[in-house]
Amino acid sequence: MVSDQEVYRGLLDLDWRRRPGQSYRILFTYLILIVSAAVFLLPLLWMVTTSLKTQAEVYVFPPTFWPETLRWQNFPEGWTYESMQWTRWLVNTLTITFAVMAGTLVSATLCGYGFARISFPGRDVWFVMVLASIMLPSTVTLIPLFVGFHRVGWLDTFLPLTVPAFFGGGAFNIFLMRQFFKGIPIELEEAALIDGANRLRILWQIFVPLSRPVIATISVFTFQAVWNDYFGPLIFLTSQENYTLALGITFFKGLYSTQIPYMMAMSFLMVIPMIFVFFFAQKLMIRGVILSGIKT
Amino acid sequence: MNSRMRDTVQGYLFISPVVLGLLIFTIGPMLTSFYMSFTKFPLLRAPEWIGLRNYIVMFTSDRNFWQACKVTLIYAATSVPLGLVGAFILAILLNQRVKGIAFFRTSFYMPAIVPAIASLILWGWLMNRDYGLINAVLVRLGFQKFSFFAEPETALASMVMMSLWGVGAGMIIYLAGLQGIPESLYEAGKLDGANEAQLFWNITIPMMTPTIFFNLVMGLIAASQTFMNAFVLTSGGPLKSTYFYNLMLYERAFNWTQMGMASAMAWFLLFVVLILTLLVFRSSALWVFYEAEVR
Repeated sequence: MVSDQEVYRGLLDLDWRRRPGQSYRILFTYLILIVSAAVFLLPLLWMVTTSLKTQAEVYVFPPTFWPETLRWQNFPEGWTYESMQWTRWLVNTLTITFAVMAGTLVSATLCGYGFARISFPGRDVWFVMVLASIMLPSTVTLIPLFVGFHRVGWLDTFLPLTVPAFFGGGAFNIFLMRQFFKGIPIELEEAALIDGANRLRILWQIFVPLSRPVIATISVFTFQAVWNDYFGPLIFLTSQENYTLALGITFFKGLYSTQIPYMMAMSFLMVIPMIFVFFFAQKLMIRGVILSGIKT
Repeated sequence: MNSRMRDTVQGYLFISPVVLGLLIFTIGPMLTSFYMSFTKFPLLRAPEWIGLRNYIVMFTSDRNFWQACKVTLIYAATSVPLGLVGAFILAILLNQRVKGIAFFRTSFYMPAIVPAIASLILWGWLMNRDYGLINAVLVRLGFQKFSFFAEPETALASMVMMSLWGVGAGMIIYLAGLQGIPESLYEAGKLDGANEAQLFWNITIPMMTPTIFFNLVMGLIAASQTFMNAFVLTSGGPLKSTYFYNLMLYERAFNWTQMGMASAMAWFLLFVVLILTLLVFRSSALWVFYEAEVR
């Protein structure tokens, strides 16, 4: 990653004598960039510093910026605080996340291939319906789904959160897959078809290996969405031992709203995987946005 | 079996997950919820047909309903345009040719990856009246302490402010759009003697309208469904000043088990979102520029 060093070098490069107008402009751009970066990063930094303060230090005004002593114990103490079951909630969150990722990848690959490479009557109608469903407010289906899951006894299990992923895996992901598959040269496929390979095998042996970037992109988006999801678990999970991390944090807030350092520590723990995923997949995510071809 | 027949069968087999998914998890529930909206349905007993009564009660005798509409509308009408402009300005800044852009891009985008629940907890604390960082800064600058979520006059505005922290997501989309504008357009403009402002208004803005349009539609749909802010931070208060539409719907369905009424609310929301989206799409002919039309 490029760091402040490069910013510094950029400032040194300015040639004040020859192009004063241009130099002022760049300086001004940096000024705005630096101030806005501070505004965006400061809250996150505040979360980290608060998570390392003592309970007493949090309740002073004006607040101190750096903690007097770095209280790392907040993390293990918050993790095992009273009736909190963070380990269990982490396992639940991971279980749901990976189940949804598996379902999403399998079904988005199949559907994306069907929409991109096979022509059959009714295909475009279904594809338009898939796209339209992106814009549907989820509350319209929420209540019958709740009633339905209630009837089949799925409430307070992970099934309402995971099973739908195996049926389509999200309209946007199908769309991404289709766009990508459409770009793969047809000759590859025709040769294999003439050789008598069936389509599932073609998909698995030709398309999937070529599609690593889009598969990675969808994995990242899905991981992020499920890890962060709050509404789904709130509606469908009720008993404490089935909570996810997101529900756990609100539960903690409801019981011990004054335990600010613990709360910040737990919130920050929930952010860490996202930061890793982001640095790991920054390029992929931006490419995913471009791939979706929003411009046209 | 001829090849056309085979393609049809195979095609439907491949897309069968999403076909089934749409039928089971989208279209079926949609129709059911439409039916439910005409019933009294307390979950444990069978739905009882009551005609339009849910809608009549909703529109005429439930004062909270119009309050919820008002709150959601004000929030959408302020946070969406502010977010669009903020994200656009950041993207323009990032599109300058200065060094260290990757660092700034990461900084602006970072808040957008923070789980919503974590950022709500954080902002609740930052905006705390007595011990919050923002009030510390305000006091330092010589202002009075601000109540943020604690007063009906300021609670909703505070939520709009908070939402701006997450503009990084929209910004990335703009950035992709900006980088897709062919350099040749600017060169041609410069040859014709256009200055920077003219290049911006006559090339950048028109070329970006499809992206702005996309962000506008998605932003409106998301804003109309705001829920967590109110549920986690204010429970709709103080004095219903942050009583969002979806919070009311949630209360009707899951606190009071009025499934019929909640379904009616969901359908009214769908109707409004549909009308809004249609209006935006209609208006797009006036202001959205598609290259293909010119070629």
